[in-house]
Amino acid sequence: MLGPSRYVPLVTAPMLITVAVLATTPLWLKQLGLYQYLALEIMIWMLFALGHNLLLGYGGLPSFGHGAYFGIGAYAFGLLQLKAGTGLITGLLGTILISALLGGLVAAFISHRRGIYYALLTIAFGQVFWFVAMKWHSVTGGEDGLLNIKRPDLSLGFADISLRSNEAFFYFCLTVFAVALIALWRLVHSPFGRVLRAIKQNEMRASFVGYNVWLYKWLAFTLSASVAGLAGALFAMAQQSAYPNVMSLHNSGFVVMMVLIGGGLVSFWGPVIGALVFILSRDLLGAYTETWLLWFGLVFIGMVLFQPDGVAGIWQVWCAKRRTPPAAKNTLASLPVVAAKEA
Amino acid sequence: MALFEAKQLHKRFGDQVVLENISLTFEEGQLTGIMGPNGAGKSTCFNVLTGRFRPDRGSVRFAGEDITGLSSREIASKGISRSFQIMNLFNEETALDNVLLSSPAVRKKGFSMLRDLGRNNTARDSAFAVLSRVGLADKADVSAGSLSYGERRALEIGVALAAEPRLLFLDEPTAGLGAEGTARLAQLIAQLKRQLTIVIIEHDMRFLFNLADRISVIHWGQVIAEGTPNELRENPWVQRSNLGALA
Ligand SMILES: Nc1ncnc2c1ncn2[C@@H]1O[C@H](COP(=O)(O)OP(=O)(O)OP(=O)(O)O)[C@@H](O)[C@H]1O
Ligand SMILES: [Mg+2]
Repeated sequence: MLGPSRYVPLVTAPMLITVAVLATTPLWLKQLGLYQYLALEIMIWMLFALGHNLLLGYGGLPSFGHGAYFGIGAYAFGLLQLKAGTGLITGLLGTILISALLGGLVAAFISHRRGIYYALLTIAFGQVFWFVAMKWHSVTGGEDGLLNIKRPDLSLGFADISLRSNEAFFYFCLTVFAVALIALWRLVHSPFGRVLRAIKQNEMRASFVGYNVWLYKWLAFTLSASVAGLAGALFAMAQQSAYPNVMSLHNSGFVVMMVLIGGGLVSFWGPVIGALVFILSRDLLGAYTETWLLWFGLVFIGMVLFQPDGVAGIWQVWCAKRRTPPAAKNTLASLPVVAAKEA
Repeated sequence: MALFEAKQLHKRFGDQVVLENISLTFEEGQLTGIMGPNGAGKSTCFNVLTGRFRPDRGSVRFAGEDITGLSSREIASKGISRSFQIMNLFNEETALDNVLLSSPAVRKKGFSMLRDLGRNNTARDSAFAVLSRVGLADKADVSAGSLSYGERRALEIGVALAAEPRLLFLDEPTAGLGAEGTARLAQLIAQLKRQLTIVIIEHDMRFLFNLADRISVIHWGQVIAEGTPNELRENPWVQRSNLGALA
């Protein structure tokens, strides 16, 4: 994440690689003994985690109740479809709007806070939404949730494409993911993204320079909730249902783990790596032991203690070491990553 | 009419009165020095004037407008900028970006989400010009956190300057700079003088007496003396302080 504000290409090599790897999964995933739905699920979590990292990594704002907005997205998409009969695009846009509204509402209550108070408030609000989903039977279906959420056809004006097959739906989600990826990449390098990062480093200076810190924090949360909502809507279509578990504290915790393990604090790509590692571990470890989360949790603790910059951090240090000639190795400033961490 | 006028400011922390009836006037284009012993309330005075703290009583006017009790952001956007006694930078950002983020051009576009900040060459060029001015041109790409102490002090001033203020507050800019750094800073401030209105808190009397048009002495949260440097040389408090340095 460190680096002078130099021109950043709209599309980068890692972006192309990520999308290409995902796009080709139907060709090789089965050969590895895995299944296509896994790639879809990983992609949806990547989107959710990328949106979450806008807060955690770029804004330094710990939202530990973010599963709520993922769940709100799933429910909103389902309810819009079941009660208002919306189609695919209208449903997704409506979902983004609703997530932004509810996210914005919560953000209005928490944006003057930071640190532990911010985190606690996000958890509290997350629990409120979970409680509503559980108890408001007539609308949310209570514990059973909403069933029979359909994957509407994608209408392009001249033709309608059915997304009922898993493959078609996968490529639709991949398109959404790719667009969101480019938009988020641009966002973090825009003036808004850079100011957000500055606020994370020094809120007081930012306000003395003339920035409306509260409004930036509010916007960051609202945007992040919208991305979570979008991911939730895709998840509702993938699962063809929405249920309270998607907005549970578990999911809120998982997305934080993904961002941290992947290295969201030091890299845009942290959440992408983290979601991949997390869901893969769940499936691969989960096949051997029911207590996979225990083992994963231990790895997570180790990571936070000894390698807080996550996988992306390890990678950056390794690259920096390779680039630095041995003679200059002992000066801290020559290792940009180390220098940044120290600051 | 004076550019900036503070009248009868009071500020207390708990039951400790830190500012008691402080009135200060800064004329457009002038350089005012503020001195006084440690703990006199000088920084607190700056903090009240720039919106970090709200005064308990009193009023502040800037360019004919009442700015009493406005937030630091509102005061900053009116064209008042400051540096801090204890350094206050965006440590992970490069020196260039610290300055860039402070520039009005970027500030106005702060909510733009789709534009790439790195493509704004005009803003970068003027940020670079500010860096050169404070002697940090060759450190543009170094993160603020890894600059040396003196360089960070210079960057503090660069960030304050980049905002293109009408009124600039500097809180002990020479602290820890050493003779050479202080001389360079004196040069810079001499250049800035007249272009904008400047107020400097400073313990280094030689530095201050050479540069200032007027000086105010703050003690026990009150202005105990005011005048031109020449008038103040006669002041008993100033005399008792290390006037030897001025000889
Ligand atoms: N935020 C605060 N809360 C409580 N007390 C404070 C606060 N800020 C300053 N003070 C107190 O106010 C008094 C004046 O402090 P101030 O920093 O204004 O002094 P100063 O004149 O700038 O001194 P120095 O020359 O050492 O910088 C001190 O006794 C200090 O402890
Ligand atoms: Mg002070």
